[in-house]
Amino acid sequence: MNNNINHFEHHKHVEKTSIITDSKNQKLVLVGNPNVGKSVIFNFLSGIYVDVSNYPGTTIEVTKGRYLNYDVYDTPGIYGVSSFNDEEKVARDIILEADIIINIVDSVHLERDLFLTQQLIDMGKKLIVVLNFMDEAKKNNIKIDIDKLSELLGVPIIPAIAIKKEGLTELLHALTKATCGKQDPQLHAQLHHMLNLVGSQAEALLALEGDEYIIKKHGIKINNLRESIYIERRNRVNKILNQVIDEALLSKQISSLLGRWTINPITGIPILIIILYLAYIFIGKLVAQDLVSFTESYFGNQLWETWIRSTISQIIPEESFIGHILIGEFGILTMTITYLFFLLLPLVFTFYITLSFLEDTGYLPRLATLVDRIMNFLGLNGRAIIPLILGFGCVSAATITTRLLSNEKEKTIATAILQFAIPCSAQLAVIAALLMGAGFKALLIYVFVILIVLIAIGTILNKILKGDSEPLLINLPPLRFPQLNNVLQKTMIKTFAFMKEATPWFFFGAAIIGIMQVTGLLDIWQKLLSPLTQYWLKLPTQAATAFVMGLVRRDFGAAGLYELSMNPMQTVVALITITLFVPCITSILIMYKERGWKVASLIWIGTWISSFIIGGIVAQIII
Amino acid sequence: MTIKKSIQLTKCKKYDRLQIISIPDGVHRSQLIRFGIIEGDIIMCMENLLGGTVVIKKGRQEIAIGSKLANKIIVTKV
Repeated sequence: MNNNINHFEHHKHVEKTSIITDSKNQKLVLVGNPNVGKSVIFNFLSGIYVDVSNYPGTTIEVTKGRYLNYDVYDTPGIYGVSSFNDEEKVARDIILEADIIINIVDSVHLERDLFLTQQLIDMGKKLIVVLNFMDEAKKNNIKIDIDKLSELLGVPIIPAIAIKKEGLTELLHALTKATCGKQDPQLHAQLHHMLNLVGSQAEALLALEGDEYIIKKHGIKINNLRESIYIERRNRVNKILNQVIDEALLSKQISSLLGRWTINPITGIPILIIILYLAYIFIGKLVAQDLVSFTESYFGNQLWETWIRSTISQIIPEESFIGHILIGEFGILTMTITYLFFLLLPLVFTFYITLSFLEDTGYLPRLATLVDRIMNFLGLNGRAIIPLILGFGCVSAATITTRLLSNEKEKTIATAILQFAIPCSAQLAVIAALLMGAGFKALLIYVFVILIVLIAIGTILNKILKGDSEPLLINLPPLRFPQLNNVLQKTMIKTFAFMKEATPWFFFGAAIIGIMQVTGLLDIWQKLLSPLTQYWLKLPTQAATAFVMGLVRRDFGAAGLYELSMNPMQTVVALITITLFVPCITSILIMYKERGWKVASLIWIGTWISSFIIGGIVAQIII
Repeated sequence: MTIKKSIQLTKCKKYDRLQIISIPDGVHRSQLIRFGIIEGDIIMCMENLLGGTVVIKKGRQEIAIGSKLANKIIVTKV
C-alpha cells in the first residue's frame, strides 16, 4: 500500500519567512532532538561558509549552508513538531518548507527520538534517518536491527558516528534515496480528509494534532486529536522498538555516575563550585587579568593609540573640536577602538567559548534540576537558570530568551533579575578585571551584595505578582565531552554577532561623551552629580562620566571606570552601582518591547533609584 | 491479589520501581508522551531532591520533574 499522500502536496499556504529563501535549490533540513549531533553533521555537509541569523522575532539561531545543489538548514533541537515553545515554532516553519529531511537520532535513546521520526513520517516528508552514536550503543550492549528498523519505518537508515565522520559519506550517497515512510492506516485516512482543507499533508497532521498556529492560519474548526494521535504514535514506536532492540538489555543500564552527582545537592553544589572556579580562573584570571592587561596597554594604548594619534594629528589638530571627538580622551578612534578590540573582544570571546563548552556538555539541564527548588522561591522554575546564565553573555539576548518561560509572572521576574542584577559578559569581564586588581575581599563584598539584591528582587516580586510558576519538566541528556571544533565554531559565530551589534553603540556613546566634554556639558553633569558621587557614594567626581557611558552600554560604563584611580573599596562601590544601574539602550528597548511600557518603566526607574541607594549604603559601611 | 497503594510521585524514594497510574492533562502530558512516558509504564525514581524535584528514569532516559507536576502524577510501587 502506498502510504503517502502525494496527490497534491504543495506549500502555497505557507508564509515565507525571511531566512527561508526562494532559491530553486532543494531544501535539506536537519532535524533531531537536542544533543544528538546535528551541528556536527551540518558542519560536515556545509563546511565553514554558513549564514547564521536570528529567526524573526526570536533569539533562536538558524544556520544555513550549502552542499552541492542543496540549501542545508540546521534547526533547533526538539522532541516533537508543534508550537509548545519558540524552538518548536522555528523548527516547525522550516520543516514545513523542507524537501528532504535528515533526521538525526541518538542510538542510545531511540525510545525518545523515534517519536519525532514517526511524526516526521506522518507529516509525509521525504526522510533519511541517521543513527548517530553507534559507538555508544555498542558500548552499552544495545543491538539494533537496522534493516528491520528501516523496513518498519519505511525510510533509509544510515548508522553513523558523526564525530569520527563514520557513516557520513554513506549519508551523502543516500540523499537521493530519501523516502516518505510508513504511516498508521487509520491516521492516513484522517489525514486525507484534512488535506482537502489545508492543502499539505504536513499541515494536515499538525492541524489534527491541534497546533494552534496552523488551525488559526487556515481558519478551520476541528476536534483536537493530539492526545489520541500521540498515544497511537507512542504505541507504534514502542512496537517497532520491540522488534529491533533486545528488550532484556534495556533494564541493565545505569546512568553515568558523574551525571547523577551533578543533580544531587551534596555532590552537585561542590561540582558547581568547581565549574565556577575553573571558569573564574580561565575568564577572570587568565584572560581578564593577564591577557587583557597586555592587549589593552600594549596593543591598545601603546601601539594603536600612539600610531593613530600621530597620523590623524598631522591632518586635524588634536585640540580642535573634530580632533577631540576623534582622538581625544574619549576619542572614537583612540579609546573606543582600544575598548572594543583590545578589551572587549578577547573577553567576549572567552565568555562565549566557556558558555558554548558548557552548553555542549549537557550540563545545563542538570544545573536546572539542581537549582529548581531554589528558583521556586524566586517564583521561577529551574529552567529560568538558562536565561539567567545567558544573561552573563548578553542581557539583551537573555531578555528575549525569557520567552521560553511559561507565564507572564515568570517572565517579569526573570526580566527584572536580568536588568537589575546580572552583569552582561562584556560588563562582567571589565568588572572581573577591576575586581582582580582590588583583591579577594572586594570580590566577596561585590558578589555578596549583588546576590542579596538578586534574591530580594525575586522574593519580593514573587510575593507581589499574582499567579503560579510552572513546574519543571526537562530531559537530562547524557554528559558528553564536547567537540572542540564545534565549540570553537559556535564561539566565533556568537562573538562576531556580538561585536557587530556592540560596535556602533560604542562609537555612538564615545561621540556623545566627546561632544559633552568639548561643550563643557560633562563638567556640568559631573558637578550636578557630585553630591551623589562624592559624598554619598564616596567616589571621584569623574565617576559620573562612567554613569553617562553606562546609559549607552553597560560594558561601556564599566570600561569607563577602568581609567579612574580608586582604592579597592571605592572600586567595589563603583562596580556595585554600575551593575545595578540602568541597563544598556538595546536591552531597555527590548525590555519595553517584551514587557510593555508599564512594567518596563517601573524596572527602568527602579534600577536608577536602587543602584544609587544600595551603592550608597555599601559606601557608607565600607569606605 | 492485593491492591497497591497509590501515591504522589513526590512521595517516592530513591531507587523505587514505580508504575504510573495517572498524569494530569495539558502540555506537560503531551511532552511526557513524546519522551515515552504514559500511564502503565514502569519507571524508576533516581532522585527525590529536597523540596520535591524528582528525577525519574525509563530505559536510558532521565527526566527531571518539578514538584508541582510531580505532586499531580500518581504512581504505585511495584
